[in-house]
Amino acid sequence: MFTTDQYQGMLAETVTYAGANGDVIDAYLARPLGPGPFPSVVLIHNVLGWGEYYHEMTRKFAHHGYVAICPNLFDRDGDGTPEDVAAQVRADGGPPDDRVIGDVEGAAAFVRSLPYTSGKVGVIGSCSGGRHTFLAACRTSAFDAAVDLWGGRVVMAPEELTERTPVSPIEYTKDLSCPLLGLFGVEDRNPTPEMVAQLEAALKEHGKQYEFHSYEGAGHGFFYYHMGMYRQEQAVDGWEKVFAFFEQHLS
Amino acid sequence: MCTMIVEKVSVTGVAKGGGNWFPIARVNVGYDHPFRLPLEHAVTLDFVNEAQGPGARVAVELTPQSAQQLLDTLRDVLEQGAAAEAA
Repeated sequence: MFTTDQYQGMLAETVTYAGANGDVIDAYLARPLGPGPFPSVVLIHNVLGWGEYYHEMTRKFAHHGYVAICPNLFDRDGDGTPEDVAAQVRADGGPPDDRVIGDVEGAAAFVRSLPYTSGKVGVIGSCSGGRHTFLAACRTSAFDAAVDLWGGRVVMAPEELTERTPVSPIEYTKDLSCPLLGLFGVEDRNPTPEMVAQLEAALKEHGKQYEFHSYEGAGHGFFYYHMGMYRQEQAVDGWEKVFAFFEQHLS
Repeated sequence: MCTMIVEKVSVTGVAKGGGNWFPIARVNVGYDHPFRLPLEHAVTLDFVNEAQGPGARVAVELTPQSAQQLLDTLRDVLEQGAAAEAA
C-alpha cells in the first residue's frame, strides 16, 4: 500500500511480443521503476477494445507494484481508433478463442522473460475478458492466479457456439490450473446468478480453489466509471478484493 | 452482459463522417454494450466500408424504443415513397 513517504515512478509504453501463432502483436506495458523483482499481471481487455480504460487499468496495477501488460487482442484487425476497431471485431463475432488464448499465454511468457519480474503472473479481465480469463486459466498453466470480472458466456448453450467460440468455457473447469476470484453483480443478465451458481457447482465438483462474490445493487460492468453501469460502493470493495487476492497468490 | 447480437446487411449508399462523404457497403446492426449511450445495452448501427479500414464508420447508438420508432418511420417513409413513385 502506498504511503506518502514513498518514491513513485513508473514506465508505461507500447511493446511488441510474440502472440498466438508467433504473430508479433502490440501490448501496453506498465511497470514500477526499480529493479524488482515484481509480480506480473496480464490484463485481457473487453469487447469494447484496447483503449483508454484498459490502459488506465494497466497503469493502476503498476501503481500497486505489478508489471502489467495488456495485449492488443485486436492487433490483427486493423488500425484505427479503439472504438472503430472494436466495432469491426464485434461485428465479425469477436476474436477467436484460440487466438486470444495464444496471445495471453504469450504475454505471460513475455513478462516472465523480463529481468525485473518475479515469475509469478496473474491474469484479469472483465466482460468478454472475464470469459477469456477463465479460458486462459483452464487451457494453459501460465498463471498463478486468475480474476474473472463478470465474465459473460462462460456458460453457453449449444446454439450459442460458433466457429470462433466453439466450446462453452465451463466445459474446461476440470483443467483450471490456478486459484480463481470471481466478482459478479446479481442484476447481471449474463452471467445471471444462476449461471454463476452453475460455474460454482462445477468448481466444487472438481475441487478447485475459488472465491466468488456477488454484489447486490450491481449488474454488469460495475467497475466502469465512465459508463452508466458504474456502482461506486461495489467497485471500491471489488478492487480491494482484487488486490488482496493477487497479493495472496502472487507475492 | 455481452450479447454478441449482431446482424450484417449489405447496402448501397453513402454516409458522412469526419466531414467527408464515403461510400458504404454494409450496416452492422447490433444489440449490445454501447460505447457512449449511458445504457447497458443499446441498438447499435455502424455504417461501414471495410475496404477503407475501421475508420470508415458512422456509428449510431439508439435506445431500443428509439430504434423501434426509427424502424416504423423507415417503413412509413418507404411506403410513402413507393406511392409517390407509382403516381
